[in-house]
Amino acid sequence: MNQTVTVSEQALYQYLLRLADSSLTMGQRLAEWCGHGPYLEEDVALTNVSLDAIGHAQMFYQQAAALTSNEKSADDLAFLRDAHEYRNPIITELPRGDFAYTTLKQYFIDAFNLYLFTGLQNSNNETLALSARKALMEVKYHLKRSEAWVERLALSTETAQLKIQKALDDLWFYTPELFEVDEDMQGLINAAVIPDYDEIKQNWRQLVEKHLNACELKLPESGWVATGGLAGEHSEHLGYLLAEMQFLPRAYPGCEW
Amino acid sequence: MTASDKQLNLATIEKILAAVKDPEIPVISIRDLGILQGVEITGDAVVVKIIPTYSGCPAMYAIQSDIKNALAAHHITAVKVMLVDDPIWTTDMISKKGRAAMQAYGIAPPLDVGQKTIKCPQCQSENTQCISEFGSTACKALYRCEDCLEPFDYFKCHA
Repeated sequence: MNQTVTVSEQALYQYLLRLADSSLTMGQRLAEWCGHGPYLEEDVALTNVSLDAIGHAQMFYQQAAALTSNEKSADDLAFLRDAHEYRNPIITELPRGDFAYTTLKQYFIDAFNLYLFTGLQNSNNETLALSARKALMEVKYHLKRSEAWVERLALSTETAQLKIQKALDDLWFYTPELFEVDEDMQGLINAAVIPDYDEIKQNWRQLVEKHLNACELKLPESGWVATGGLAGEHSEHLGYLLAEMQFLPRAYPGCEW
Repeated sequence: MTASDKQLNLATIEKILAAVKDPEIPVISIRDLGILQGVEITGDAVVVKIIPTYSGCPAMYAIQSDIKNALAAHHITAVKVMLVDDPIWTTDMISKKGRAAMQAYGIAPPLDVGQKTIKCPQCQSENTQCISEFGSTACKALYRCEDCLEPFDYFKCHA
């Protein structure tokens, strides 16, 4: 990183990458459903949510690229960084799994994004606030869909119930990482650039636990709690995801189509 | 050839741009959809500002080249199409003309203020049901009319 970048700019840069990487990895996983959805309409829905997520990633990468004096473009940031440079929480890179797993994962992230972007709308960084307002309109709609699907699966056939309960058991302990804050982020919170993550966490837990309860799903009692994404420590899955997503721009540098 | 040596004025350019249609709903112009946000002549170039509907709208690239092609057909080639992010697009930006064109094309326009039910664009029945939150594009949902049984796209409310 260029030395002229001030500490707070560096913190903002890393944070924008956190936002962008989270949206991009989620968008890529959703895009994998193309042609594999349970039926045509859902196939289309999953990939449309993917498009929105990739659009959000693009906004945040562009802002990050505009901050750096090292002439990296938004595409460079998306396609020419390795797994250890990615800042997303592990939950967004997890394989797509079955439809119940994807749906519940999506629900957790949509609910998180609802409170995150609601808070970011008030950022004193105007560009970030504007992007958050745009993303929020879309996220609200995503949440409406994933929330309804969780209910639909949980309260339907025995097989569907088993699958979504299994998804909850597998995913629950990946959710605390969404709310992790490092020293740089704390600086941004103090400077009112980003919202208070404790508040997001409280709102999220209230909303999610109420819904899971209404859906007669049981929270698992214990499990391995995921952590590491903020520091660039990821699961093995991210490497494979990037290998597929980044292949073309790496194999044919500068290619356009 | 530049804008100045054709002695073009804004009105002519606006007229050309008014004919540029949305690539996914070819009966409604980018102006009536609210995507076209401004036209200026800066020096020798025409600067056209557009905003995206949804963040991930894949049609933005097609719209940019459609604008350039439309102007090029009138020998205006010094054109810069800028994709801006302010203002944020909402369905309130769709004009009345645009809503009518949508309806006639078979797409139910976004719910208007005070309107509660989504009407079938074929038979006007209010007995309709959502089949999927997303239709053929990110900006539409898929509905079905329970009276005439036709499926139809509903242009989602986005504000």
